[in-house]
Amino acid sequence: MPPTSTDQTGAGPTFTRSIAITVRQPSKLRNLELFLLLVALGIAGTAIALVQLGVNGSIDVGVLIQAGALGMLALGMHVALRVVARDADPFILPIATTLNGLGIAMIYRIDLARGDSGWESLGVRQMVWTGLAMIIALGVLILIRNHRVLARYRYVAMLVGIVLLLLPMLPGIGLTLNGARLWIQLGSFTFQPGEIAKIALAVFFAGYLVTARDSLSLVGRRVLGLQLPRARDLGPILIIWVVAMAVLIFQRDLGTSLLYFGLFVVMIYVSTGRLSWVLIGLGLFLGGAAIASRTLTYVEGRFAAWLDSFNPEVYDAQGGSYQLVQGLFGMAQGGLIGSGLGQGSPTITPLAESDYIIASMGEELGLVGLFAILGLYLLFVARGFRIGFNGTDDFGRLLAVGLSFVVVLQVFVVVGGVTRVIPLTGLTTPFLAAGGSALVANWIIAALLLRLSDEVRHQPRLVVDE
Amino acid sequence: MNKELRRVSIVALAMFLALFVSTSVIQVFAVDELRADGRNARTLYESYSAERGPILVDGTPIAESVPVDDEYEFLRTYTQPELYAAITGYFTLNQGNTGIEGELNDFLSGTANEQFLDQLGALVTGQNPRGAAVELTVDPVIQQAAWDALGAQQGSVVVLEPATGRILAMVSKPTYDPNRLAAHDTQAVLAAYEELINNPDDPLVNRAIAGDLYFPGSVFKVLMAATAIDSGEFTPESTFPNPPRLQLPNSSSEIGNSEGGTCGGGETVSIADALRLSCNIPFAELGLALGEDTISEYAEAFGFGTRVEIPMRAAASTFPEGLDDAQLMLSSFGQYDVRVTPLQIAMISAAIANGGNLMQPTLVERIIAPDLSIVREDDPVLFSQPISRETAATMTRLMTEGVANGAASNASIEGVAVAGKTGTAENGGDAPYTLWFTGFAPADDPQVAIAVVVEDGGGFGQSAFGNRVAAPIAKQVLEAVLNR
Repeated sequence: MPPTSTDQTGAGPTFTRSIAITVRQPSKLRNLELFLLLVALGIAGTAIALVQLGVNGSIDVGVLIQAGALGMLALGMHVALRVVARDADPFILPIATTLNGLGIAMIYRIDLARGDSGWESLGVRQMVWTGLAMIIALGVLILIRNHRVLARYRYVAMLVGIVLLLLPMLPGIGLTLNGARLWIQLGSFTFQPGEIAKIALAVFFAGYLVTARDSLSLVGRRVLGLQLPRARDLGPILIIWVVAMAVLIFQRDLGTSLLYFGLFVVMIYVSTGRLSWVLIGLGLFLGGAAIASRTLTYVEGRFAAWLDSFNPEVYDAQGGSYQLVQGLFGMAQGGLIGSGLGQGSPTITPLAESDYIIASMGEELGLVGLFAILGLYLLFVARGFRIGFNGTDDFGRLLAVGLSFVVVLQVFVVVGGVTRVIPLTGLTTPFLAAGGSALVANWIIAALLLRLSDEVRHQPRLVVDE
Repeated sequence: MNKELRRVSIVALAMFLALFVSTSVIQVFAVDELRADGRNARTLYESYSAERGPILVDGTPIAESVPVDDEYEFLRTYTQPELYAAITGYFTLNQGNTGIEGELNDFLSGTANEQFLDQLGALVTGQNPRGAAVELTVDPVIQQAAWDALGAQQGSVVVLEPATGRILAMVSKPTYDPNRLAAHDTQAVLAAYEELINNPDDPLVNRAIAGDLYFPGSVFKVLMAATAIDSGEFTPESTFPNPPRLQLPNSSSEIGNSEGGTCGGGETVSIADALRLSCNIPFAELGLALGEDTISEYAEAFGFGTRVEIPMRAAASTFPEGLDDAQLMLSSFGQYDVRVTPLQIAMISAAIANGGNLMQPTLVERIIAPDLSIVREDDPVLFSQPISRETAATMTRLMTEGVANGAASNASIEGVAVAGKTGTAENGGDAPYTLWFTGFAPADDPQVAIAVVVEDGGGFGQSAFGNRVAAPIAKQVLEAVLNR
């Protein structure tokens, strides 16, 4: 920790000075957070107003008041942090708020273009879900005062995760949308349990790996310079592989299976330091994906659309590259500085409010806007990794890395899919895209990272370690 | 654990870098290629959402792009749609453009080469692209007078300024409302277009310059008389035999003069009298004497056979080729297969009015960029010199007689010498006549040359003639000009 300007007297021993820093730190952090949060709310409010001006040419105060209520909720979260997690990272809440606010503005903009209103309006739903997600995140912060409790429930978490993942496959409540069976439906209420499952699985991985890593990393035969694990240590990873493949095959969702698998591989690598696990993991996934791409027509179609997007046959094919190409057209139209909010034509692209919200952003905010959004994600992830570097307990560090990497993977899979880095798969852009389950899940991730970061700062190690 | 974490961080950073690169490629480097793709509807929207330049008459927009709240951003709106439809044409989203809207589309949309630097400037300053304004030569007072004078008749009125070729009025009836075709509701536009294109009266056709063309009938005698005099072989006093009926060579058909009987009294009749009284037989004899080649030569000098660009390309008026004597004699008073546009007939009068110098007709005064700099402004251009100054002076005298004491009497205006010629063209069988007037005024200092055509016998079938229907229309327009 660098000394602050108030400590320039040079008097007194190092020890005392450091104590002074840690005492003063919390309120400084929270004040910084408050300032950033106000900036975030300003950005979100301005974006919504610009959307109204761009599409309607007038301001609708009602919507701004609703958005303002959400802003109050975010401020409420800040106040709660001052009480329950005074040392929490000051960047996480403002970043999540900015992205969530920009997302609401863009979804609302697409509603306006389509003429949707009331409960039909995705923007209204997104705002309601945002409120719900923030309240749940607040609950997580208040209920989980010590994250180590979570490590104890690791097998419960695994069970919960797998059940949630497989829930949509139950007849009766399972719902297939856009070809993927990822939703459950109870009455008019739909939910994507897989979104929550990824958190449960991250908790399980962190808890399991912290206890099992010695046997995973030290025991086993060496073959060709690689330390191969024992068969019985392979058990859990095989279970996860089977689950991921089941998701891929039965729920027809390449992105989600990639997410789980990538998460597990990264966490096992960080905890054991064994490259063999990464290679085994990658090999299993790529092998599975290769077979899938040959045998499952929808995966095959995605690959064709990715590699040969502009081929008229692929473009016109059912499930072809029409959406991908229209998204690219939109982004190209936006160019460097974008058309301005409400000034483009993002609705030409199907799913402009969810899977393709990043293309909508690119069209109206331009490359500049996309860089800013990607920059915010990068900062968010960096704050999560920082916990991984500076945390004191391995479970917390591993969980923070896992949760951060969930965000990395989601951003990469979605934005990479839209921009033709990888084949297109359906994942949600964290905080931005329309979708209640994802919003709840990502706010829970934010809450857990806030909780974990609070623990980091509390450690006395920081005090002596100048 | 930190070593692994660092590596994972690098992987994460690399993943983000890939995204920074991919978005940059799409939004900066591949932009041109993606925008040029035919499947890119946004490019189409953008071309319509550029603020299209207005079409101006005397500084007032008659066609302008009005901001609207849809994906096209601007709606092309015509303030006096029917009055100017023949000139403006229509601007549609994807059904093509006509008239000035079509011909000067590059300027109006701002994509003309002359406007390249402006486009570049707009790109740098981030302004919305805007098209140039097209200022027309049309005089709103004369245009309105021509519109009113033609009334409910089908036909056309063209008014030229002889000294410059500027088109002061161009009316075609029946017409249409271009706003119906400029709408953004594609279904409604298609329905309107279907209705207009299937209308037997062809409201979409600008009769002044296009369509099926007309038989000129007796107004062609102006060209014949000018040819005869300018050729040097004849004078206005040259005489021809004056029978009441004439059998065509190698044919059983007979021709007569429109009033029946001889052309005035006497055994012979002069060209001057034949023109004044609009007799057919003397001109048939004159045509035979001049020969097809001479007539063709003069007709081409007056503009026949040329698709005059005003800037819309007018249909070429035609004088037929390879005629036998009977056909040549019929052609000599504007029948058989002579076909003209009203613009062509106005050009003949304009050439005579301008001392034999025929000026290139045009509708465009100037083209003005959004920053008010002038993109294009043409000086008057000489189209041709079909006849000498002397011939023109003689023709002026003869045509003035025609209005003062002849067959075009209904165009006479108190206190002003009007030069003119009427025409009553037969369309074969029982078909109603086509009624004409052409001329200019004042005869001693011509300000305007005019051509009026009324279809369908002006509602009188075969009982009306040019002096009864077309000459009063011309008179009304000329009075409006003189009272400006």
